[in-house]
Amino acid sequence: MTIVQYARCFNGIFVREMLRFLNQYGRFFSALVRPLVWLFIFAMGFRGILGVSIIPPYQTYIPYEVYITPGLIGMIQLFNGMQSSLSMVYDREMGSMRTLMVSPMPRWYLLTSKLLAAVLVSVVQVYVYLAIAWFWKIRPPALGPHLGYVALLPALILSGLMLGALGLLMSSVIKQLENFAGVMNFVIFPMFFASSALYPLYQMRRSSLELFWIATYNPFSRAVDLIRFALYGQINVEALLWVLGFLMLFLSLAIYGYDPSRGIIARRGGPGGPPG
Amino acid sequence: MDRALTATTTGSTTSAGVATGADIPALTVEGLSHSFGARQALDDVSFAIAAGSFTALLGPNGAGKTTLFSLVTRLYNNRVGSIRVFGFEVRRQPSEALARIGAIFQQRTLDLDLTVAENLHYHAALHGMGRRETNERIEIELGRAGLHDRLKDKVRSLSGGQMRRVEIAAALLHRPRLLLLDEPTVGVDIGSRRPILEHVHRLCREDGLGALWATHLIDEVNPGDDVVVLHQGRVLAHGDVDGVTRAAGTATIGEAFGKLTGIGRR
Repeated sequence: MTIVQYARCFNGIFVREMLRFLNQYGRFFSALVRPLVWLFIFAMGFRGILGVSIIPPYQTYIPYEVYITPGLIGMIQLFNGMQSSLSMVYDREMGSMRTLMVSPMPRWYLLTSKLLAAVLVSVVQVYVYLAIAWFWKIRPPALGPHLGYVALLPALILSGLMLGALGLLMSSVIKQLENFAGVMNFVIFPMFFASSALYPLYQMRRSSLELFWIATYNPFSRAVDLIRFALYGQINVEALLWVLGFLMLFLSLAIYGYDPSRGIIARRGGPGGPPG
Repeated sequence: MDRALTATTTGSTTSAGVATGADIPALTVEGLSHSFGARQALDDVSFAIAAGSFTALLGPNGAGKTTLFSLVTRLYNNRVGSIRVFGFEVRRQPSEALARIGAIFQQRTLDLDLTVAENLHYHAALHGMGRRETNERIEIELGRAGLHDRLKDKVRSLSGGQMRRVEIAAALLHRPRLLLLDEPTVGVDIGSRRPILEHVHRLCREDGLGALWATHLIDEVNPGDDVVVLHQGRVLAHGDVDGVTRAAGTATIGEAFGKLTGIGRR
């Protein structure tokens, strides 16, 4: 296999992911409405109650909706990561995963391509969301010297990959689609709420030290921090290293999960139900 | 670039594939055993299929057909025994082996919301094929499936039999030498079954493809076919239809199947 063939393979996977996304208007719509509801309703309600003191990267007092914008960007990516993992489980039950797996390309390459393709789709969603938020005067100092919207891109790709890899890992562990609702409750909600997405962690520390530590090492908090600083044209090195570390961990476990010799599919005899 | 690609995916076998491929079996399975926990799904399975031949893998549900297909297509690896595709061991040289396989699975693998063309382009891309070559191959294979006028249609608008034919066209795009079909007529109405069966027979005859067709339906076995009878993970008989029938001491392949497996016909 040549590099050109590898590139064609990735392109094919990306085009399919994009076509599927564009074909599902409902999915696009709900992916957009969810963070907007949080922004316009939740954030407006809380803006009077929650005061955010000046913490980096902010240099002045900021309204609450500005604070939670990176958290909601993270939310788009978290849901997208889980959504693509859901579609992996679905593909496995329906058989389209088999098409991917009989490709002569190495399996790690196929899985990574699938992951990256899904992340690029989530990046499109984020920018559409930011475009809408812009009209509500939620604007990172992008048009200043920092170009936050551009600086955001690498952060989005990294955090998206990390959250997507977590979804991929989960899809290798989940046996059937029905189990997925539970995962949403036990993974998405705790990850989202026990993070720096909705409130600065110093406020959480006052209420519960345990929760503070959990939220500090929550991979989602690290992704949100990376995004938060990137929007202001800064690199949060600590968050960056954590995100990279989690990405490596989740991705290697996911590739292990799909390994034809040792993985979970091999042991269970998948895909979808008992082998005949 | 396209020329180089053709060479790597199809090896030395081109239209003259019948002659060169005939020396090496399309598929060789030797001493293959596989178990999931305590359950033995395949037990010392051995058989070979020649290029240009149609082999029916006959077995009731739960015989181990799908496990065998999963191992040959490397969804997961075998631990005991060996599987070779035109001499390439699936475990050790998966890329070489998979490039020579076209597979049609029991479950539907097409995206219903995408068009026939979009689905076919996706399949071709997974094999690293370029756009021009893909378009040429689509025209040929979809034409042979009698569906060239449906290129722009959503897959959802096709009938079950048409979807199967598109899947076969997709599996043939990269010019495989071995076609694997796992119960391809499941969910297809009776009138469309024959044409699919005949289409695959024609591919064996004209293009020298080796085909392994798994089924539990006796009437999908034709007189000239080879047969592998699989039951509870073991090969009970292997040979051409006449040979298997004669060895079982019965008049028809259906009776032979019933006698060997101890189950009534169908």
